[in-house]
Amino acid sequence: MSHDLLQMHLKAVISCLVIVLYKVHTTKAGQFFSSGHTNNWAVLVCTSRFWFNYRHVANTLSVYRSVKRLGIPDSHIVLMLADDMACNYRNPKPATVFSHKNMELNVYGDDVEVDYRGYEVTVENFLRVLTGRLPPSTPRSKRLLSDDRSNILIYLTGHGGNGFLKFQDSEEISNMELADAFEQMWQKRRYNELLFIIDTCQGASMYERFYSPNLMALASSQVGEDSLSHQPDLGIGVHLMDKYTFYLLEFLEEVHPASQANMNDLFKVCPQSQCVSTPGHRTDLFQRDPGSVLITDFFGSVRKVEITKDTINLTSPVEPPIKRSGSSDIQIESLTYVDQLPVAEIIHQKPKQKDWHPPDGFILGLWTLILLVFFQTYGIKHLKHIF
Amino acid sequence: MGLLSDPNRRKALTGLLTRLNTPICIVCYLAGIVWFMGLAFEPFTLRTYMSENAMGSTMVEERFSSGERALSLAKEFDAHKRKAGGMPVEWLVKAMQSRGLEVFTQSFSRKLPFPDENKERYMVRGTNVYGILRAPRAPRTEALVITAPCSPGNTNNQAVALLLALAQYFRNQIYWAKDIIFLVNEHDLIGTQAWLEGYHHTNITGMEYSPLQGRAGSIQAALSLELSSDVITSLDLVLEGLNGQLPNLDLANLFYAFCQKLGVLCTIQGKLQRNDWDTAEGYTHAAQTMMLMVLKQACGRSWGDHGLFLRYHIEAASVRGINSFRHYKTDATTIGRLLEGMVRKLNNLLERLHQSYFFYLLPSLSRFVSIGYYMPAFGLLAVILLLRALDLWVHLGAPALAAVDGVTEAEQPSSPGVLTVLTPVVISHLTGVALYLLPVHLQEMAVEHFPVSETEAVVLTAIAIYTAGLALPHNTQRALYAVVMVLLSPAFTILYCVFIYQELIEAPVSVSEGWMLFLSVISQGILDHALYGSLVYPLLALFIYPCWLMFWNILFWN
Repeated sequence: MSHDLLQMHLKAVISCLVIVLYKVHTTKAGQFFSSGHTNNWAVLVCTSRFWFNYRHVANTLSVYRSVKRLGIPDSHIVLMLADDMACNYRNPKPATVFSHKNMELNVYGDDVEVDYRGYEVTVENFLRVLTGRLPPSTPRSKRLLSDDRSNILIYLTGHGGNGFLKFQDSEEISNMELADAFEQMWQKRRYNELLFIIDTCQGASMYERFYSPNLMALASSQVGEDSLSHQPDLGIGVHLMDKYTFYLLEFLEEVHPASQANMNDLFKVCPQSQCVSTPGHRTDLFQRDPGSVLITDFFGSVRKVEITKDTINLTSPVEPPIKRSGSSDIQIESLTYVDQLPVAEIIHQKPKQKDWHPPDGFILGLWTLILLVFFQTYGIKHLKHIF
Repeated sequence: MGLLSDPNRRKALTGLLTRLNTPICIVCYLAGIVWFMGLAFEPFTLRTYMSENAMGSTMVEERFSSGERALSLAKEFDAHKRKAGGMPVEWLVKAMQSRGLEVFTQSFSRKLPFPDENKERYMVRGTNVYGILRAPRAPRTEALVITAPCSPGNTNNQAVALLLALAQYFRNQIYWAKDIIFLVNEHDLIGTQAWLEGYHHTNITGMEYSPLQGRAGSIQAALSLELSSDVITSLDLVLEGLNGQLPNLDLANLFYAFCQKLGVLCTIQGKLQRNDWDTAEGYTHAAQTMMLMVLKQACGRSWGDHGLFLRYHIEAASVRGINSFRHYKTDATTIGRLLEGMVRKLNNLLERLHQSYFFYLLPSLSRFVSIGYYMPAFGLLAVILLLRALDLWVHLGAPALAAVDGVTEAEQPSSPGVLTVLTPVVISHLTGVALYLLPVHLQEMAVEHFPVSETEAVVLTAIAIYTAGLALPHNTQRALYAVVMVLLSPAFTILYCVFIYQELIEAPVSVSEGWMLFLSVISQGILDHALYGSLVYPLLALFIYPCWLMFWNILFWN
């Protein structure tokens, strides 16, 4: 009797342990996919040309530098620079673009890969990159090949105003166009989450009109305020950076791939005492709490490693992530690739039509049986009509 | 009914016009004068500011340091100049070549219509030497020009030497986006005119020149240097060019900004800026500066070597070093740095200077009056003409307005025939044409018959034709009016201007000296017109003088 009791106790303890372990495992696994993204992209755009707009190119290159340092490869970065400052005739230090005066930091570096350069940076090209509507001849380096598990960082800088951003001194993009482009991206499942940063005058006006989900936006100044430039370098003769991006760069230099800094820290970058303008942000369209969003979710490309002691069946890739034999505690919904985003909860949509498949073996067999029975009942001479 | 189509209202209006005509005219005239003089009052002016975005502020680091070397080079240049008896062409060519410039020369010659007594030349032959510093990385589409004149005697040696020192320093920099042309011109304005005509393939003034072998693209801006002493206490900016044309105000703003950055004393019209604008002396100082600028523009002559560039839409200014024995002295290195800063900022330009004003008056270097503010004064003066014309028209159209004691005299004034009106007009204009053409053409005849030199012949012929136009039958009843008319004639206006100018530059002259100056002004005006295409002499001779003659005719109409 006590032996049975002992065994029962042991079983209970072991099953408890298993359940506990499993719970721990599954919460870790749940956490594993709770951020939702598997790859990172960055679209960094500088929209102004001419030598006296050196600082805009330096802004973009400093974000490029941070993003590359934190792990996003060139193949996942679309860098658009409207003018070439490093090789401009007026640059006393050719092949360099400095962000700090006294030439402390050369953000041009040795391995810059500019995808859209000079006059290729237009509103049309920018929107086509975002929405993916590019001609078939466009090379891969000029495409944003994101999917619905991509976290995208979009950084814009240049001269702007209330509701628009000036491209190349000849055209403008309005905040409505940008909001519509993001909606197109959402409907085409081209992003999981998107972080939009803009450093121009009256930058907050550019994110006022967003209406697609999973967007977080930061701007360097409110409507009616100007974003100011930071320091001039007397040797080069121009302003090197804008204040907001300068302090953003200083903040990002402290971030390393394993850093746990979150978005609330990013919102605190460059308060009004340093920036003179009031930086703004918008998080109402974002589903997660900004405090739980890591900087590296957007600025870095972090590959997570999961160590498991059990064998995992890898032959059917559409299986649910963790399969524990015999445990039906946590019901993980079996999701197909396209339906991984809980779309129906966010927008109302008609369910997609299933494609027609030719009948498989069982149904064929069933129909043959029915036919044979039919002809047997009504005589074999009717078979002659078929053959 | 409208204001002008209702006959009653119209009659009332015209009655008002004819009654109040003279008072309104006097008020307008006084208002115009007061407005114009009031422009020099500092609260009515605007502070100068840089309009061109590409030039930005003065945030460059100037590193020019060879001021002393420039001064020793000046002595060398002086020695070679004396040895060559003019422009030391070979030495200059070698000096520029050793500094890494592409050197070319241009020879030119010009025979003046009559000898120039101020500069003692008649048949001018010379050579311009210029070196082009090619931008190391830029295409050869744009250029900047720095020029220094090679003058006889002791003048401008330091300017040429500083030019060469700057050339050497600039050659070592890699941030040039435009080619820089260093030009040393002989015979000041004539040489510059020859070079510009050769560069732009024009021939406006009948100069003979050899074509330019080397070219650099379209010139965006030019600076002319005039330095004649080792020690400089202030820098004077000269803006007035040919026909009163001015460079873009941004060039003056650039100069002033760098003067402030480097702590160099900068003047305009030779006058230093004062701080006490609310005192009488401060106001008169500003008014004097402004009036000097007006007079200099009015005489149509180019007051520096830069003036001829303006015609080709090249913004140019002259920087003149002045040694006025002040306590605070500036050395050549600082001046070199100022020029380096200015040229570096001009290098940043993407387009020609066009953002700031082209028509302005400067009561001081830091304050300006734009055309929108000084044109209304002239508008008020022009309104007087309009009012007078309307008054005459009203009188002509309604002779019955003159009512005497209720009895209207229905007099029909005999309308004058066309011939009687046309004859004075034609004669006045013919006299004007004679005044324009004859002095230069008749100088040989005058020299034969009278014991005068060619220049004096020309001037005296002009005066003779001028007074001959006054020969009209006149009655002594209008003697007072005649005297007033003569005193307001163009010639006397020029005479007054000469005296006023001398007063303003604080070098007043006696009557006889003033008269000699007046004669030389006439000869210089004719020469400027012949050599560079100045328009003041033709304007005076062909337009203003005939108009005044017609007034004279009307005065003595019988």
